[in-house]
Amino acid sequence: MESSTCFHCGDPSGSSVIFFDDKSFCCQGCKTVYEIFSDNDLTCYYDMQAAPGTTPKDIQGKYDFLTQPNIIEKLVEFDDGTSQIATLYIPQIHCSSCIWILENLNKLNHNISLSQVDFGKKTVRLQFNSQNYSLKEAVILLSSIGYEPYISLEDFSTGKNHVNRSLIYKLGIAGFAFGNVMFLSFPEYFEVGEFWLDQYKHFFRWLMFAFSLPVVFYSSQDYFISAYKGLRAKILNIDVPIALGIIVLFLRSTVDIIFDYGSGFFDSLTGLLFFLLLGKFFQQKTYSFLSFERDYKSYFPIAITKVAKNGEEQPIQVYDIKKGDRLLIRNEELIPVDGILIKGKAKIDYSFVSGESDAVSKNSGDKLFAGGKQTSGSIEMEALKSVEQSYLTQLWSNDVFNKVKEDGFTTLTNLISKRFTIIVLSIAFISTTFWLFADPSKALNVFTSVLIIACPCAIALAAPFTLGNMLRIFGRHKFYLKNATVIEQLAAINTIIFDKTGTITSNKKSTATYEGASLSPSEAILLKNTLRGSNHPLSRTLYELLDENDIITLDEFEEHLGQGIEGVHQHDSIKIGSANFVGKTNDLAVLNTSVHISSNNTYKGKYTFYNSYRKGLSQLFNKLKIQYDLAILSGDNEGELENLKKLLPARTKLLFNQKPDDKLEYIKYHQSEGAKVLMIGDGLNDAGALAQSNVGIALSENVNVFSPACDAILDADKLNNLSDFMKLSKSAIKIVKWSFVLSLMYNVIGVSFAVTGHLEPVIAAILMPLSSISVVAFTTIATNWASRKLR
Amino acid sequence: MSVIYILLSLSIIVAVIFFAAFIWAVKNGQYDDSYTPSVRMLFEDELIKEKPKQSKLTNQD
Repeated sequence: MESSTCFHCGDPSGSSVIFFDDKSFCCQGCKTVYEIFSDNDLTCYYDMQAAPGTTPKDIQGKYDFLTQPNIIEKLVEFDDGTSQIATLYIPQIHCSSCIWILENLNKLNHNISLSQVDFGKKTVRLQFNSQNYSLKEAVILLSSIGYEPYISLEDFSTGKNHVNRSLIYKLGIAGFAFGNVMFLSFPEYFEVGEFWLDQYKHFFRWLMFAFSLPVVFYSSQDYFISAYKGLRAKILNIDVPIALGIIVLFLRSTVDIIFDYGSGFFDSLTGLLFFLLLGKFFQQKTYSFLSFERDYKSYFPIAITKVAKNGEEQPIQVYDIKKGDRLLIRNEELIPVDGILIKGKAKIDYSFVSGESDAVSKNSGDKLFAGGKQTSGSIEMEALKSVEQSYLTQLWSNDVFNKVKEDGFTTLTNLISKRFTIIVLSIAFISTTFWLFADPSKALNVFTSVLIIACPCAIALAAPFTLGNMLRIFGRHKFYLKNATVIEQLAAINTIIFDKTGTITSNKKSTATYEGASLSPSEAILLKNTLRGSNHPLSRTLYELLDENDIITLDEFEEHLGQGIEGVHQHDSIKIGSANFVGKTNDLAVLNTSVHISSNNTYKGKYTFYNSYRKGLSQLFNKLKIQYDLAILSGDNEGELENLKKLLPARTKLLFNQKPDDKLEYIKYHQSEGAKVLMIGDGLNDAGALAQSNVGIALSENVNVFSPACDAILDADKLNNLSDFMKLSKSAIKIVKWSFVLSLMYNVIGVSFAVTGHLEPVIAAILMPLSSISVVAFTTIATNWASRKLR
Repeated sequence: MSVIYILLSLSIIVAVIFFAAFIWAVKNGQYDDSYTPSVRMLFEDELIKEKPKQSKLTNQD
């Protein structure tokens, strides 16, 4: 039976397989979803993709807060009293079946009049009749079919976000004008002095002038603004020569057509803007399903249940929690504030915060920290602080989160544009001075021609296309960058710092070694079968690690929360759990997690768990150590010190017991000594370090789930490719430099026409697109060739 | 008055109509999601196909 998979979700059905309608299901939840779909003629959900579903989670009472008007008001984007529209984020959306079922929601409930999926953003937009139906019911319906929306504190504070489409408008206008101006200027390229052309050329020229107006005054806005900002900060960025070129192109062309000197350069002007904006558009590749700006708000719930003095439960908005409030935390709910456990057994999973996957047991009176997730039953706690003042959330008050990283970084393009601008201006002035003496009538013509032809269109395109293409190549290999500048920063890195838990260790697999008296075959069978009944994470892990055994039915099985489990079969009994639970009192304080075993009340031994490191880690470190300083910062104790020493190159620095603030300070210190730091982490506790570092990479087992604010997100399976990614970012910089050389060659040719006073509009119109296109072709081919080995 | 002015103004009117259509499309969010519509357009057939399936569903527990 082990081999059969669930018809709904595709997970192995395992021992608890359920048969229904000739199909096997892994659990009751999956079967229920199938029933819902088959009752409503929606089974073609399963035709499009095999096993597309997700197991629905228990959400009893979790969405009670959705009855509160002030919360609904924040989540709903349109409300006219009879119908409401809300957009919900559903991380589970992953295939065409998901789109199909979510867009057929009205078959499940006729009150939903419209549901539209945005696959890229993983959202569904719902319109429903608000008189007969509520947002809460819609959310519960979605949850019941395995598409539980994710509603976080962030939804509450951000409100409606505005889509910025101005770049598409600008590009569209430039393209429109470019095409039309090309048509109108084409006749004059070849037919000089032809009768009909002479008749109409003035009309044509003024039409071109009209088309170029929106391009100059709307499409090129950003370049003027950026050039102005640059000049004010005394930086000659690449936009300064571009803005200068645009102004000169426009003025010279206008003067040309007014005084009938020629047809002007409107074709080059509109073409220039079109190509430049195209480069910008290409570079602006965004991963709409990822967010690089997350802080604790996207992890935290929007509301939680408060227990009033008279015992009444009511949902309360998280920001409204005050010191002394009694809160009810249900199973699988996140603790929003620091507090003290009052009632119930807490088993807190801090993996959001630290990356540590083992849940920690707490008893009443113990302190609980915000960010942990309760994993067994519900508990009651008393709040000690408000949300913003809690231990974890305080990290975000650090200045580092208010800085924009790119500000302090000079890109390669801006570096070269400084020299370039000075050289172009001096060529323009020298040649003008020469012509003032040789032939004063040509002087102004030469001055403007130099500025026009030297307009660094190709240089401005080199970096966007190289880095933009590299960004896409990285994206295809599951390394998602926030923007193209990150590649330039990656190439400058000389120090790499890793977080330990969850980054170089894997969350899922761990290894265990057994110490103590060996177990007899019957004891081994009993051990395995007792573990089988328990849902505790350690039991599950140990169960997976142990050899296959016969399945027997236990006569007695009992789980003692927070202590261990007990199983009885015929005359044998076994106890598995903490040292105290199995009756061993003189256990030395050990740093590693261990599970103790006693059989028939005699102590047998213990399984000690070790982190299991990701495959290929040593090779990766050995590859990286040649060029980079390496360090590991861990929030954990030193239990793994010996293991790590064996595994990693000798020069790797290992630091343990590092608090979130310590990690940040450590990086700051190294940066002050000139190090360019790459930080690789995963949990919220690394958020400060990721923000402080030059490049912060968040490692993620599942990129659709959450990662702290960072510059890049790397799929955990691809960690081994890190050295390749680093190498590629260096080759990208090399390619950019070569395309600078290429475009400078075109500029030299163009300037030689300009200084001699022979620049005809047709030459500019040929040279400008030719240089741009050849640079784009070169960068595209070169980046693809450089990354051919990447797997 | 030459016919070329009529032709030119006609061609520009046509061009502007298409340009306006482009602006209108962007404004309505046509370029916001470039993936989902490509999948959505393939759904119609499946809806018709499923009708006969109804009879197969018999047992409920």
